[in-house]
Formats: sequence, C-alpha cells, structure tokens
Amino acid sequence: MSFEHALRTKKFVVTAEIFPPKGTDTSVALKKSEALKDIVDAVNVTDNQRAVMRMNPVVLCHQLVHKGIDAVYQMACRDRNTMGLSSDILAAAALGIKNILAVTGDYPLRNGRMLAKPVFEADSVQLLDLIGRLEKGADLNGAKLESSPKFCKGAVVNPCSEQMDLQILKLKKKTDAGASFIQTQVVFDADSYKQFRDKSSGIKNKYLLGIFPLKSFSVAQFMAEKVPGVKVPEKVLSRMEKATNPVKEGIDIAVETIRELRPYCDGVHFMTMNDEKLVREILSSI
Amino acid sequence: MILTEQKKYDEIVKMLEGAKSVFIVGCGSCATTAATGGKEQVKEFAERLEKDGKEIVGTTVIEATCDSRLCKKDFSAFKDRLEKVDAFLVMACGAGVQTISGLVGKAVFPALNSMFVAKIERVGKYYEMCTTCGDCQLDRTGGICLISRCPKNTLNGPCGGSVDGKCEVDQNNDCAWALIEARLRQINKIDSISEFEPVKDWTSAIRPRKTEK
Repeated sequence: MSFEHALRTKKFVVTAEIFPPKGTDTSVALKKSEALKDIVDAVNVTDNQRAVMRMNPVVLCHQLVHKGIDAVYQMACRDRNTMGLSSDILAAAALGIKNILAVTGDYPLRNGRMLAKPVFEADSVQLLDLIGRLEKGADLNGAKLESSPKFCKGAVVNPCSEQMDLQILKLKKKTDAGASFIQTQVVFDADSYKQFRDKSSGIKNKYLLGIFPLKSFSVAQFMAEKVPGVKVPEKVLSRMEKATNPVKEGIDIAVETIRELRPYCDGVHFMTMNDEKLVREILSSI
Repeated sequence: MILTEQKKYDEIVKMLEGAKSVFIVGCGSCATTAATGGKEQVKEFAERLEKDGKEIVGTTVIEATCDSRLCKKDFSAFKDRLEKVDAFLVMACGAGVQTISGLVGKAVFPALNSMFVAKIERVGKYYEMCTTCGDCQLDRTGGICLISRCPKNTLNGPCGGSVDGKCEVDQNNDCAWALIEARLRQINKIDSISEFEPVKDWTSAIRPRKTEK
C-alpha cells in the first residue's frame, strides 16, 4: 500500500526518518530502512538536517522506491533557490519519488560560525505552492513544463510552540497550499499537543505525531536546551535523570505519549537518530 | 544610518605598506554619528600613523563622503597637496570609499567595515532594520521587516523555533514574528498576515542598483 493510500485509509499511519550517509555509501541507510519496511508506511529521508551536510536525500529515496519502500523526500529551503528547488523536484519525480515534505531548514550556524551561506528564497509555504505550480504544468515564472510531476505533499508544524496562533495560521496556509499530511515537531508535552489540536480543529489534515525516544538524561537536556522550540516538561527530565535504565525509560515515555495522544492524531512519525530498532520496540508496546 | 566599525589597526597598516605619504579622509555623516570616522577618529589615526612612520599629508572630514559634489569641493582646497599623496585612507562606509576612489586617481584604502543600515538606540547600540531590498513590504507586517530581521526570511509565518519571544538563531534577538504578532494585535490588523505571501520578486535588487533621471 502506498503512503498516500495509507494516509487515506489507515487509522494509524507510521513513518520514521533515516539520515542519508555522510559519505558516498548508502548501504547502511538502506539496511536500516529495509528493517523498517514491514512496520512503517514510509521512510522519511532527511535533507541536511540540523544543518549537517550529508548526501542529497533524493538518492536514498530513489533507492528505497526501487526496493519497494515508500519514501518521503524531505526538502529544505535553506540550500537552494527556487530554481534549484524546482529542478530537484522534477528530478525526484523522474526517479519515482511520490512524497515530498516541505521544511524551512535549520540555520547553518555552529558555535557562532556560518557553515555555509543560507538561501531561504522560498519559505516552506512557498515551497508547497511551488510544487503545486509544477504539478499544474508550469514553473514559478509561468513557463510551461513538457511534463508535470505529481506528489503527495506534506508539511511540518511545531504543536508545542509558544507561538501557537502563528503556527496555526501557517498550518492553514500550508494546508491551503496542498499539504495533505503533517509531521509534527517532537512532542514530549502531551497537554500542549492537545491544546494545539483543539485550537487547530478547523484545519483538516492528517497529523502524524512527532516522537523522539530519549536515550539518556543528557539527550533530554540537549532537547530541552538546544533544540529550538522543543518543550521537554520537568517531569520528563526528572524521569530521565532518575532512570536506572534510561533507554527503557525513554521508550516508556514515547509509548505513554503515543497512547495518550492516539485519539488526537492520525499516526506517528519517529525521529530516532537512525536507531531503527527503537521504532519496532515502541510500536510493539503501544 | 550606515553603521561602520573600524578595521583592526594592523590590517590598515598592512594595506598602507609601501605608501609613505597618506591623506586621511573622514565622513561627517554616518561615520561621525557612529564615532568611527569623525573628526576625533581622523585625528587619532593621523597621530598613530605618523608615530608609525607615515607622512600625513593632510586630513579632512567631508560633510558626506558619499556625495561626490561635496568631495570635489572639499578636495579643491587641498589641490596643491594631493599630488604628494601616495595613498588615501578613507574612514567612511563603502559608498564613501568608492566615491573618493573614483575622484582622486590614487590608491584608496578603507579604514572601516560597512556593517548594516541601522537604527540607533543609543551610542553603542545599533540594530539592523533594512537590507535595502528595493521592494518595501512593511505595510503588511506592522512595520517590522522580515527580510532584515528574520534570518530565514519566513514571509508566511514563523519557523517554530522561537522561545520566549526570541529568535532561534540568536537568542539575543527578538523573533520578528513575535514582534509582528504583538504589533498587529495592538493596531487591530492581525488579519493582514493571513493571506498567502508569494515568493518575493528580487528584480528590484539586481546589482549594481542605480537611478538616473
């Protein structure tokens, strides 16, 4: 069943992200993805996530499609102008990729130093609009295409952002621009998520809850302090600090979060830092 | 104003290697306001360079170094001395340096770095407010610019990383969208950001820009 079909028909859709290699060999990433094949509806392939340079995700997406695994091609606005984005979108379509996730992209700054000159000509809403235009047969400047792509388009939202009204305003724009699934930023704070879903109930879409299993207290601290906009409640931090088996505690927290929020979402999106085994473990417990 | 900062003295000395006689030009506009290239700074530099063995042929502070008419008028008073000059050191923004380099036919060196178009809060506190993109859209966003004040130029809504109203890229900066939301609520215009904003047309920013009438 394709990811798009799963979104339409399944009550609980599962996706998980895998990073492309920091090098030229995709075999490890492929192996990890294949291990997910029977338990996820699609594998997201990240695009220089956290502004760490890796291989272009289109390659791994193509290889996944070839192996019968549906791929979500993550596309960030940071590294390409609208011409570069457009030509890569056409390339993705030609390679058989059916799903695109439009994201803004993290700023390429590390320890006060610019890693590369960022582009950000389009924002994520404009990227969705751009894909929609290509689907209709013309580029951003109105020039006709010889053939058009067709994608299942997705977007992200931070449901735990303190700027909830603005996030919802942007979510509406993303939905209007054709996003038919939403993969959320990592959620640890179930109450914030419920509040967000309550406030965004007028925006019909498929919401996949962002899940990041914590593996240690230091990872929890990192998420709380260094990952912009991620809210880690005090009780989660304290559970991780006191845990004798932090990996298990992280899994338990993820399982509890999914169980609690299952009535408020259409599935989950796992971000496990390339640890595909965690996905299976969590899914078997919910 | 155009905010400038002084280059490191060593960098300037290196530029001036091989030049025995130097003429120092300050600017009476922005660089005076920023205290980077006004009368005092020109005097300071002249004394320091002289101590380090340079012959200072003359100094001047032109009312606005970006105005070629004012530069010509000012230089006419030094006509006889200018021939002796090996190099000009200009304590102004890039526009001032280039206006002068186009007039004097000699080596011209910048003593300052041009930083940004700034709002002055007080001496020492300057904030970028405009990238001179050539297509002002401040009407839609309550007078807060997303091109100069949001590192990701998110024209359709915030990125989701703001915490306590601060920018995720630099927590010392306000999130432009937080400011926009507050301002638009204050003036009862929150609806002005609800429409889709298309990709910006950068035609007005093709370089080099000019107007000739």
